[in-house]
Amino acid sequence: MDLNSLMLMRHELILTLLILILLVVDIVFTGENKKKVSYIAVGLFAVYTVIGFLPLKEGTLFGGMFETNRMIFTFKNILNIGVLLISLLSINWLNNKSLKHQKIGEFFILLFSSLLGMFFLISSRNFLMLYLSLELSTLPVTALAAYDIYSRKSSEAGIKLILSAALSSGIFLFGISFIYAAGGSLYFHDLVGNIGHSYLSIAGLVMFFAGFAFKISLVPFHFWTADVYEGAPTPVSNYLSVISKSAAVFILMITLFVTFRELIDIWVPMLYGISILTMFIGNFFALRQQNLKRFLAFSSVAQAGFVMMGMLAADKLAVATVIYFMAIYIFSNIGAFGVVQIVSIFSGKENIDDYNGFYRTNPNLALVLMLSLFSLAGIPPIAGFFGKFFLYTSAASKGYYLLVFIAVVNVTISLYYYLLVVRAAFLRRSDNPIPYFKNDVLTRIGLIIVVVSLFLIGLYSPLYDYINSVVNVLNI
Amino acid sequence: MDLTYTVLIPLIPLFMFLFLGLNYKRIKEPLSGYIGTAGLLITALLSFYTAYQYFFNYGKVDEVYQKIYAFNTVWIHFTESLHIDMGVLLDPISAVMLIVVPLISLMVHLYSIGYMHKEPGFTRFYAYLSLFTFSMLGLVLATNLFQIYIFWELVGVSSYLLIGYYYEKPSAILAAKKAFIVTRFADFGFLVGILMISYYAQTFDFKILNDLDFINNLKMQTGIFMGLSVITVALVLIFIGGAGKSAMFPLHIWLPDAMEGPTPVSALIHAATMVVAGVYLVARLFPMFYFFDDGFALHVVAWTGAFTTFFAAIIAFTQYDIKRVLAFSTMSQIGYMMLALGVSGYGGHEGLGFMAGIFHLFTHAMFKALLFLGAGAIIHAVHSNYMQDMGGLRKYMPITHITFLIAALAISGIPPFAGFFSKDEILAAAFEHNFPVFVIGYIVAGMTAFYMFRLYFRIFWWNEPDYKHKPHEAPKAMTIPLLILAFMSIFSGFIPFDEFVSPDNKPFHSHIDWTLAGLSIGIGVLGILAALLFYKKEKDLSQRFRYAFGDFYKWTFNKFYIDDIYFFVTKTIIFKYVSSPFAWFDRHVVDGTMNGIGNGTVWISTKIKKLQSGRVQDYAMFFVSGVLILILIVWFSINY
Repeated sequence: MDLNSLMLMRHELILTLLILILLVVDIVFTGENKKKVSYIAVGLFAVYTVIGFLPLKEGTLFGGMFETNRMIFTFKNILNIGVLLISLLSINWLNNKSLKHQKIGEFFILLFSSLLGMFFLISSRNFLMLYLSLELSTLPVTALAAYDIYSRKSSEAGIKLILSAALSSGIFLFGISFIYAAGGSLYFHDLVGNIGHSYLSIAGLVMFFAGFAFKISLVPFHFWTADVYEGAPTPVSNYLSVISKSAAVFILMITLFVTFRELIDIWVPMLYGISILTMFIGNFFALRQQNLKRFLAFSSVAQAGFVMMGMLAADKLAVATVIYFMAIYIFSNIGAFGVVQIVSIFSGKENIDDYNGFYRTNPNLALVLMLSLFSLAGIPPIAGFFGKFFLYTSAASKGYYLLVFIAVVNVTISLYYYLLVVRAAFLRRSDNPIPYFKNDVLTRIGLIIVVVSLFLIGLYSPLYDYINSVVNVLNI
Repeated sequence: MDLTYTVLIPLIPLFMFLFLGLNYKRIKEPLSGYIGTAGLLITALLSFYTAYQYFFNYGKVDEVYQKIYAFNTVWIHFTESLHIDMGVLLDPISAVMLIVVPLISLMVHLYSIGYMHKEPGFTRFYAYLSLFTFSMLGLVLATNLFQIYIFWELVGVSSYLLIGYYYEKPSAILAAKKAFIVTRFADFGFLVGILMISYYAQTFDFKILNDLDFINNLKMQTGIFMGLSVITVALVLIFIGGAGKSAMFPLHIWLPDAMEGPTPVSALIHAATMVVAGVYLVARLFPMFYFFDDGFALHVVAWTGAFTTFFAAIIAFTQYDIKRVLAFSTMSQIGYMMLALGVSGYGGHEGLGFMAGIFHLFTHAMFKALLFLGAGAIIHAVHSNYMQDMGGLRKYMPITHITFLIAALAISGIPPFAGFFSKDEILAAAFEHNFPVFVIGYIVAGMTAFYMFRLYFRIFWWNEPDYKHKPHEAPKAMTIPLLILAFMSIFSGFIPFDEFVSPDNKPFHSHIDWTLAGLSIGIGVLGILAALLFYKKEKDLSQRFRYAFGDFYKWTFNKFYIDDIYFFVTKTIIFKYVSSPFAWFDRHVVDGTMNGIGNGTVWISTKIKKLQSGRVQDYAMFFVSGVLILILIVWFSINY
């Protein structure tokens, strides 16, 4: 293995280097200078994000355990942009004096470590590798969830997340052992066509699926979601809801479509049922939430149900559609969570009623919130509409009209609760609204990128064409 | 040659709109006016440069003006041939519009700094103006039918916003709604027409749609519907869209009411640019209009234009609101342009009507914008729209007076002012191809001179009413545009349009037929003299005529009750017998079901609330049982 082939894992190598640099930087800066750590971290990450877009060779490494190609590369870049936005929006919170301790370095180190795990997860072509990277991506997040150690809720979130994650990992590993027993290998390419329909392989598939369903928060593996999102610091919830979820959706889709293609008659009906269940349960719970973070947690559960619908077609178009949808979803959710987070830091308010009269005091933030929620609800001409539209098209192309109809019903329900928030912010008046406050430049840049993207991704069609072209690397 | 820079022409106003719109609280008067005007100045200079380069440098190849795609990108892809593009098309007519739209818009931007002084929402006004300019430029530069439709609607939206600018005035809101609904109604025809054409022709592209070989092929293939080619039907439907925007009878009812908007808006949108979009649309698809079914659709255009020009001129005789007089005059003049296109032939000197129509569009934009801006200055001075409150203003407002006079002479077709040349070409074309239409056009020329000078004498001569405060000349920001437009109204007639514009894009030669010209000057002078007799001094001559005509006067004054007919049809027939039953069904059956679903949803969500207990043990239990149940279901559902 020479340096040239090592460059196939350019993303991972640079990210590792970045984490190492941060470890040193964190020691160098102390006291008042501690704030600089966050600027350095975000600055370095921004540079790295740009480098990530440089062209990359395709190929495999480590005896076929690690693979990279145009599609994976594109998805990693999407995740990078997402993490960059989350970091931009976090700086203000991290530098906030009211936080009793300032472990700024740790925050970024843990965040980037988890992202590193995601990248290995996306690239892995072996179940053992898959498991290890899944752990690498989960453990730092559990620490992050408990980041605000003086807050009881945050600690509770951390404990709940790690207990649930441990359980799911156990079942996941158990499932892998079944698959190994059935197929005789841990490499994806060896398993293609060798798994066979047996009780063993099917049980393995379901357990494997449950492990990812936990990460994606599909019903009935979603229970941790609301509690953790509510308790964890908002940037962490944001990360969990977009980055962690997208990476899991991506790798689940690839393994199901390629490795488990034999068992397509099993997992398609399974996804069908879970998709319906997830949409309904997510929506029903979201309907009643007062706390915005819980509200967004359930809305993200419901969104996951829609994604599963898009995956049913099990062809290249479905892959492109899901990647496109996840990209849009990342921006929409970061926008919504971002505003909630900014408001929560400033005023400590997180309930929908607290947002009464929000537009009058903070028109710009209210607009960002509205656009993000509209995008989540799928209202044209914002990107979310196009994402949902392609999901329907994908499902309808294989004749799942009933499911499309159910999805439309669910979109209607979701529209209701998204509008509840918009109504509070724009139409309701309040005697005691959240007062006007100014945001720092980085936060504003982050939000502006979100808003521009919300329009651009939907209306600028070459993006979709590009995603459509990169999925050609798949062999299905 | 790289022409990609032309994209900037529409994009700069768009940027201005976003910039001013997003910062409307921060940027105050007059800064926003300066910013908007400066942005438009850049657009205008770019446009003029592009038009100049097109006509004199690269546009003509082998004595034919080419259709050039300065920029084109595929926006949405349907099939190999059918896709929606966004781009910039340069050809003679779009280049002419590149002079008209930015020039008038620039004048209006400048003028509004004075006119909108101390109005609330000054910045909002400039943001809307920029939005309109962007939309209008996107419309004239469109490379295909779909793009033109998108911008067509955007123009409609900005027109709606600007008519309803004084949103606290109920009449302004009503007028805005009326304009929007009537034009939307017409646009429905447009959309259906586009879909029909795209279905048969499999393309939206103007370059292909105007290609003669393509049209001949299409003629062979398309089916017949009620004795006409399907394409002809589609063209008539498209023309309905154009008639809605250009206020042709019977879709004209929104234009007089649209005068509720600020006067500069009326000058820009409802006189010079947006309302001629229908004319532009017909010119854009002219070869199709001409070649299908021996120009059946073109005859529809000609007669609609001829009728409207006459009809509107009659109404203009009796109106007292000076802006409404101008509005009806606009309708009448656009009818003139339509008429010109309608009587045009194809190729060489036959294309005189086409050239004359575009020529008149150009000169009319100059003098009608001037008339409106002049009217704005007058309204600004006397704080009223009505003639009764005016008179003798020539002493107080010399610049406005002279420029208004120039514009009135231009519209009346008196040489050497601009209107004479374009109107003369129209009459010449009509004389050669369609004599009845010529007669109508000829009579209307006299009527135009009469009502225009009625307006002029009533405002500037007549007797002075008791002014509460002495009227004064408008500020510089307002008079400078007046002077520039007056200059254009005098000299733009000398532009040799036959060198530039023709249906087949080959230059040809036209000459003034002095017999015909003499006749049209004669009737114009007659109209002016009649107005002089009636209105120079206050006397009861006009009153006596009014009594003599009795009911006819009343009908005319009430615009032939067209509005009331619409009102009757919508309110009494449609609302009562069609909408009410639907509304009942909607309220009781549809809403009932929906409310049921809504309540059911809430009910379910309360019932399942307890599942989310907050205890990790429960969650783990659900998790594990979820996995087990799934496995069992899958196991039992497949049989081995």
